Amino acid sequence: MSEEIFDLVVIGAGPGGYVAAIRGAQLGLTVAVVERRETLGGVCLNEGCIPSKALLDSSELFHLARHRFAGHGIEVAPPSLNLGRMMARKDDVVKKLTDGIAFLFKKNKIRSFAGSATLLGADANGVQQVEVEGAAAPVLGKKVLLATGSEAVQLPALPFDGDSVVSAREALCFEQVPEHLLVVGGGYIGLELGSVWLRLGAQVTVVEMLPRLIAGSDGQVADTLMRSLKKQGMRFMMGGKVAGVEKREGELQARVELEGGAQEIACDKVLVAVGRSPLTAGLGLEKLGVQMAEGRIRVDADYLTSVPGIYAIGDLIAGPMLAHKAMEEGAVCVERMQGEPSLVDYGCVPGVCYTWPEAASVGRTEDALKEEGIPYKSGKYNFIGNGRARCMDETEGFVKVLAEADGGRLLGVHIIGPRASDMIAEAVTVMSFGGSGEDIALTMHAHPTLSEALKEAALDLDSRAIHA
Amino acid sequence: MDIKVPAVGESIHEAVIARWLKKSGEVVVKDEPLCEIETDKVTMEVIAEADGVLSILSQQGETVKIGAVIATIDDRGAEAPAAGAAKVAEKGHPSPPMSPSGRKLAREMGVETQDIKGSGRGGRVTREDLLKSEAVPPAQAEPAPSREEPAAAPASPAGERVPATPETAPAAPPAKGEPVQRTLRKPMTQIRKRIAERLVSVRQNTAMLTTFNEADMSQVLLLRKKHGDYFQKRHNVKLGFMSLFVRACCEALQEFPEVNASIEGDDIVYHNYCDIGVAVGGEKGLVVPVLRGAESLTLARIEQQIAEFAEKVRNNRIAIADLEGGTFTISNGGVYGSMLSTPILNPPQSGVLGMHAIQERVVVVNSEIVIRPMMYLALSYDHRLVDGRGAVGFLKRVKEYIEEPEEMLLES
Repeated sequence: MSEEIFDLVVIGAGPGGYVAAIRGAQLGLTVAVVERRETLGGVCLNEGCIPSKALLDSSELFHLARHRFAGHGIEVAPPSLNLGRMMARKDDVVKKLTDGIAFLFKKNKIRSFAGSATLLGADANGVQQVEVEGAAAPVLGKKVLLATGSEAVQLPALPFDGDSVVSAREALCFEQVPEHLLVVGGGYIGLELGSVWLRLGAQVTVVEMLPRLIAGSDGQVADTLMRSLKKQGMRFMMGGKVAGVEKREGELQARVELEGGAQEIACDKVLVAVGRSPLTAGLGLEKLGVQMAEGRIRVDADYLTSVPGIYAIGDLIAGPMLAHKAMEEGAVCVERMQGEPSLVDYGCVPGVCYTWPEAASVGRTEDALKEEGIPYKSGKYNFIGNGRARCMDETEGFVKVLAEADGGRLLGVHIIGPRASDMIAEAVTVMSFGGSGEDIALTMHAHPTLSEALKEAALDLDSRAIHA
Repeated sequence: MDIKVPAVGESIHEAVIARWLKKSGEVVVKDEPLCEIETDKVTMEVIAEADGVLSILSQQGETVKIGAVIATIDDRGAEAPAAGAAKVAEKGHPSPPMSPSGRKLAREMGVETQDIKGSGRGGRVTREDLLKSEAVPPAQAEPAPSREEPAAAPASPAGERVPATPETAPAAPPAKGEPVQRTLRKPMTQIRKRIAERLVSVRQNTAMLTTFNEADMSQVLLLRKKHGDYFQKRHNVKLGFMSLFVRACCEALQEFPEVNASIEGDDIVYHNYCDIGVAVGGEKGLVVPVLRGAESLTLARIEQQIAEFAEKVRNNRIAIADLEGGTFTISNGGVYGSMLSTPILNPPQSGVLGMHAIQERVVVVNSEIVIRPMMYLALSYDHRLVDGRGAVGFLKRVKEYIEEPEEMLLES
């Protein structure tokens, strides 16, 4: 093993870790990355964002061919599903992207070490020692950046069994379409994977403890999304709790406790997607005295933990558990190590739910503004009035723009509709520039595009939308 | 109660919060220091004006304007939660809207964007506005307005001056065997940046030269030996060399008024008073407070004032007013053991005297080789208005006064 002392040892090659490693190398640091998985990219690339989007896109095409082609005047025989092919394509997408990270590491001369990492602390010279499972000698670094991410939370009443009660990881690889998929948790992950299997022919029932979907999102958006998913055939049991599952004659019986009483539901797969918890076990943090706050690692503005030389980013620290937030933090953390005055703009973290229609948002919700007593005005525009949405036959949803009552600076933008995930970028950009609704309204938007809906919503702040 | 950035001097508009000494939510007692703020001239403490619970609104490293509220003290009792204050901080937008790259550039430049007129849509300060604002440094600005004149830059031997504000960065551990970290990169502090700017500007905008001489310190040492104890008893302060040099310089400055003058535009302004800046060493570095009307101060008063300045520097209580103005500067590199150095001018002043360590050296007196306690003297001067003759003459007078102190003591 190498005697080399790296400038930076990154633990975890997920979106936070690999971005930090590459940025570090760009800034002239010698960088090592320790990753326990065989491939790079973390949960995001291997069993999260990327494979789920691959399946969402495939299943959407299937759904369109099955239900929407006819309306466009395309007459084809009812399509049939080759799930094996669909999964193979997904795996290929994942492989190409994880290989891409490996290529980027090579290009940036980043050393990769395979195995689980344990921090042994600093030696007398302040050099951090990182033990890598199966390696003869520890990896040495002047600084260590923890970027190990998170894992699915397990419910005591519903322990994962890897087959019928599963997390998102397994739900991306079912060998056949379940007959009835019970999704526990009405958040992003549950709704996205529920949508995949719904489109591929499964019956899908979502059980959510709260009376609404996607906690923390705009209430109107959540309501619209629920209506739309219901129309597609998804079933919801709101305010419900799954008390347990039993296997009876090869079939699963889930006991769902609702306000009115308990109910038994027959299903063949249960997806538990009720949240994620930071992956800190085994790193040896307690021994080193790394302090935690509310279950996450406590860091200062430099992402430095309570122990000198040890930094942390992404799902390990406070804030939304999102890949792009971790990526930003990875780059900013390393830049700050090198003395750059970089900052993550936490007021402008976009969030996207890749259902159909998609839901995307940035900034504060209307509910939050009301609660905090911040004076605001709101503008709204429905996609039904948008020319391009009509052409696409995707007229569900709306754009909502929230701005300061005086001054007009944008406070939040919430979109539910076709390609909301792409449309939100404009709102994030304008907000990052401290822009107002008027800034959007004064900007020319190509016609006919979906983005005109954002402009109309911005105009509606002053009740001057043209196409409304 | 709001805690505001105190006014520290006429030309100072903003400061950097160097270090919070207290945390948000902590109970503080009236007159306790809350934080240290740093301007380009001085580091000082901000004091609690009431008992209560502190809520910090501006974080460490932030640049704040004079008079800005940086914290509040809730004096309703220790239980009062700090949440209210945090909300206030989030609300409202004190700075004009800016692009993300512009904000980063502003942080890099340590610039407060409120001061800059934005040319972009909605008053946005663009990157170009920022770069333009930097392109007109004080030295090149029109000579007339005195807004940012580098008047009171603390002068002293270039190297030692800076208060190296103790950052809380993890100290690089001492290397045993092979070095652990070959370089350590850190952003310059506000003070350091300003000093760097000014030192370069002195080099670029004056015709600085240095002339040397040496003084036999025997008489001064003898004087101190004879009268030192009595002086201390009577005035409650030690009789140092500094007061004698201040007196010697005042006498010589009156004989060579151009050394005490400065250039303003196309005019030479002669000063009929001697405001002498003296370098005072503090824990955080050197600052140069000014003795006003030094020509009419007694030796005892000079020593007392220097002692007061030293006390203020130690406690971070030195005011910008103490540092402003000054017509001539004395810098004593001798306290660090310097044998000989060329001090750098403190514009718009035209002269700076460098004192050095006293060493016993072999000299020739009346054709005999003797051992005498000697000190090298250096005078850096602005050749634009001080001729070689004046500079050499001035330094020679200082030497004579120090070698024969009776003369100047009898004359005053």
